Amino acid sequence: MRFGRRKRPPRLVTEAHQSFSFTRRTLALGAIQGGVGLMLAGRMAWLTIVENDRYAALAESNRARSTMIPPRRGWMVDRIGKPIAVNRSDFRVDLIPDLLENKDAEIALLEQILGLSPDDVQQLRDNLVKAAGFQPVQVIEDLDYERFAAINLRLPDLPGVVPARGFSRLYPAGAAVAHLVGYVGSASVDDYKRDKNPLLITPGFKIGKQGLEKTFDLYMRGSPGAKRAEVTARGKLVRELTTQPESPGKTLQLTIDAGLQEYVAERMGDQSGSGVVIDCSNGDILAMVSMPAYDPNSFSRGITHDEWDMLAADDHLPLVNKALQGLYPAGSTVKPMNALALLEAGISPDDHVLCTGTYKVGNSAFHCYKHSGHGSVDMHRAIQQSCDIYFYTMARRIGTTRIAAMAKRLGLGDKFPLPVSSQRFGTVPDPAWKMKRYHKDWTVSDTLNSAIGQGYTLVNPLQIAVMAARIASGRALVPRLVHRKHDQPAEPLGIDPAHLRLIHEAMGAVVGPGGTAGGARIQLPGIDMGGKTGSAQVHHISEADRRAGRTSGTTGEWKLRDHGLFIAFAPVEQPRYAAGFIMEHAGHGTFAAGVARDAFTFLYDKQRALDTLAKMQPGWGGDIATRMKGERAAWAAAQAKAATPDTTTDEGDVSAQENAATPPPVAAATAAAPPVESAENGQAPANGAID
Amino acid sequence: MIRNSLVPAPLAQLPWLIILTIVGITGFGLAVLYSAAGGSLQPWALGQGLRFFAFLAGAVALSRLKEAQIKAAVVPAYVILVVALVFTELIGKVAGGGQRWLNLGIIRLQPSELMKPLIVLTLARFYDMLPAGEIRRWNAIWPALALIGVPAALILVQPDLGTATMVVAGGITVMFLAGLPLRLFIGGALSVLPIGAGAWSMMHAYQRNRVLIFLDPESDPLGKGYHISQSKIAIGSGGLFGKGFLQGTQSHLDYLPEGHTDFVFATMAEEWGLVGGVLLICAFLIVIWWGLGVAMRAETRFGKLAAAGLSTTIFFYVAVNLMMVMGLAPVVGIPLPLVSYGGSAVMTVLIILGLLMAIDRGQRGSHTSFG
Repeated sequence: MRFGRRKRPPRLVTEAHQSFSFTRRTLALGAIQGGVGLMLAGRMAWLTIVENDRYAALAESNRARSTMIPPRRGWMVDRIGKPIAVNRSDFRVDLIPDLLENKDAEIALLEQILGLSPDDVQQLRDNLVKAAGFQPVQVIEDLDYERFAAINLRLPDLPGVVPARGFSRLYPAGAAVAHLVGYVGSASVDDYKRDKNPLLITPGFKIGKQGLEKTFDLYMRGSPGAKRAEVTARGKLVRELTTQPESPGKTLQLTIDAGLQEYVAERMGDQSGSGVVIDCSNGDILAMVSMPAYDPNSFSRGITHDEWDMLAADDHLPLVNKALQGLYPAGSTVKPMNALALLEAGISPDDHVLCTGTYKVGNSAFHCYKHSGHGSVDMHRAIQQSCDIYFYTMARRIGTTRIAAMAKRLGLGDKFPLPVSSQRFGTVPDPAWKMKRYHKDWTVSDTLNSAIGQGYTLVNPLQIAVMAARIASGRALVPRLVHRKHDQPAEPLGIDPAHLRLIHEAMGAVVGPGGTAGGARIQLPGIDMGGKTGSAQVHHISEADRRAGRTSGTTGEWKLRDHGLFIAFAPVEQPRYAAGFIMEHAGHGTFAAGVARDAFTFLYDKQRALDTLAKMQPGWGGDIATRMKGERAAWAAAQAKAATPDTTTDEGDVSAQENAATPPPVAAATAAAPPVESAENGQAPANGAID
Repeated sequence: MIRNSLVPAPLAQLPWLIILTIVGITGFGLAVLYSAAGGSLQPWALGQGLRFFAFLAGAVALSRLKEAQIKAAVVPAYVILVVALVFTELIGKVAGGGQRWLNLGIIRLQPSELMKPLIVLTLARFYDMLPAGEIRRWNAIWPALALIGVPAALILVQPDLGTATMVVAGGITVMFLAGLPLRLFIGGALSVLPIGAGAWSMMHAYQRNRVLIFLDPESDPLGKGYHISQSKIAIGSGGLFGKGFLQGTQSHLDYLPEGHTDFVFATMAEEWGLVGGVLLICAFLIVIWWGLGVAMRAETRFGKLAAAGLSTTIFFYVAVNLMMVMGLAPVVGIPLPLVSYGGSAVMTVLIILGLLMAIDRGQRGSHTSFG
């Protein structure tokens, strides 16, 4: 058929012609239909053969929904395997949003059975809105057995409600280990943004929020298991499929001696202080205590806003890890170290200095803490009785840079390779540092202040403990927290053993008749403690203070009293343990020396140390747990009293309570901030001669 | 054909191969409906089976009609159906919203469904009456376009794009077979492109969105593309031999929407795989090609055009449905005849079968007077 020629008149079409054309077109149509059939079969073959894997996977992911089983967190144990952080089995209730049939009725029933507060209910509703789907949402955790049983009885009325057994973190020693191990908590929105791991939003899963829990989070985390279930498009459970078990996290063994840690914490009593005990043979930290502290158990459960307020308001700073983040003037604890610098500079230990109680530089007078003077003193007596004039004189003789160099060798101003989120490392001042920091020349009074650990010198308790351990061992010990089976002994510091022996003897005399810590002798035969007291001025005694009758930093308003420091090691003959303690506003180093004595006693004779403690505890209002309970009750009573006349404050608290899970980040911020008073005072050069 | 003196002649004359193929397709479909109901005759398989045999009896009865009787009924039937379409539309307006059903008290009739075979018969009748010499003139075109256009427009406003398209396609097929100049069809096909481009430029954003989702259903897996996505997952995951009878997860766990009606092919493919799909396609091709054979053997022009057009109507059903479930065509709501649950399509296909058998019988009757 030719259609192209327009000029020709239309062809005459006959019936025969039409029939012929019909047959051809019908055959063509049949061919087209066959072709389409072939094309459809080909398309289907493409889907079922070439793309089979992809679609089979998609069908499978439709069919089976996985729920994560959070792994049990690894334990933390001490050097002999005693548990520091463990898991306690608890009861919990979750909701699966897709399986709820009548959301409001079920939430009302849960509220009634579980006794949920309006805040809890609001929180639950908010979470349900965010997490619609098959992902479980937590209703309540750490549930007692009675209410757990009640929920199980009512399950037929509660489709989508899943009672389950979970695990929560337990720190048997409570507050005593708080700053050391930190705590765990549910992942925050920010945590999830950083790591889009679905495990983080699985109910019951906690991550490390502070301290070692945070640093070793991944180590102790383990890997989650998975529970697979066949569900319909509407989320109805058809049957359970295979379950892959979770594998628990690894156990973290610390160098800590759990018994000692707890003992030191108790021994600090109601004081605000911190201290570190170090094994002189390898640098293992046996105890690192900062008291008072929060209870990591209640932090891990999700602390209430009220408890948070109480901790934040405490002037003893329970939220700050003072052992690492507290900076204090080192005070006289630097004197043994400075004496080592003198010996190395060629000063004979027999050189005498006459202490009249006053040392004049131009027009200013620097005083010895003992205003009447020590008379003629050599190095041994200068350390034993902490004579300031001796060190003023000798420091000027050798120059401040040699003293600063020795301080750095012994670990002051150093940041140690510890698995902690922050350490404040303080200052070892020298002329170069002052020029850089203040653009001012070094003065004679700076030299004198440094000679007795005042002025710009700032240390944290860990550093003075390391200093004590290095003086005791003569080795460049590096403190560590994680237990290692094999280790190489630390390098010697290169200090003449004869010098060390002289200093050890002098420090032994400090804790002896006529020494500044004469009352802190260890009452065990053959175990003598060497030490050095120190006090750090918090408030400069002004003329006004003197007129008011306050002539030293040992009395008066608590916040203005001097900090008391003590470094120690034992036994003097062959040092095994070393320690450094700083008790805030203790007035002088005596209390700290007592803590050091009893800590060492504990290591040799547990019962004797515990007996000493038992005699003291009633004076502080009992042990830590009892005191904290009392504080909480007192706080609650005060709050109730304050809240009664004004009900609107409660309204305000409702929104605040929603943030109950968020205080931990705030805690981190607070903890990273310095204890304000010590830092300020440390930076202001103090002229007063102390201790 | 069965030649046996024990079997009565009217029965022996039936095209048993085709009837058995039809019964086979339906039987397979019933198995799929049984599975789609989670392994139960209720609510679909039993009713569907009973309806099928009722309509099959009707088809055999239809096959007794003479061609002249069919020809005589075409024009009145066409008029009645157009009026019924208008009524359906008016009732729909009153009731508010789309309306496809006309409730006649005893049965609920879907006039648009019946229009699918009737448009073929109507145009066959028109070209049968048209003198052969007129076929290349304007007179051969405009009445046909009007006959197609009126019901197609009425169906389109229901709105039922799928059925309207099938009515138009059925009509155009008869026009093609009647011998209208080929250039009209080629030109028409070519003009689709610029018209499509023009339509695209005039579309609203949401309409374009629909087109785009059709072209790439995965882009909106939970919205409009959900049907096609889940259907492709069902078919693709079936593989070569399928997951096994009653083992389909997409259908049994309700991921596949409309798994017993428009998307029944996906339900089937998931459990029977490529093998089941190819078998079904072949079975339909056998029926369609048998219909084309009837057309070529037919001696009257009406018989030729009607038989070829009616077979092609079945083809359109199958092709559009399969293209739809395999993601090659938009979701327009065309069931897979004999397999999808629902009476209308079964009725239409069996009416077509009855008419084809009648045409077949007429042609045989005129030749084999001794048979």
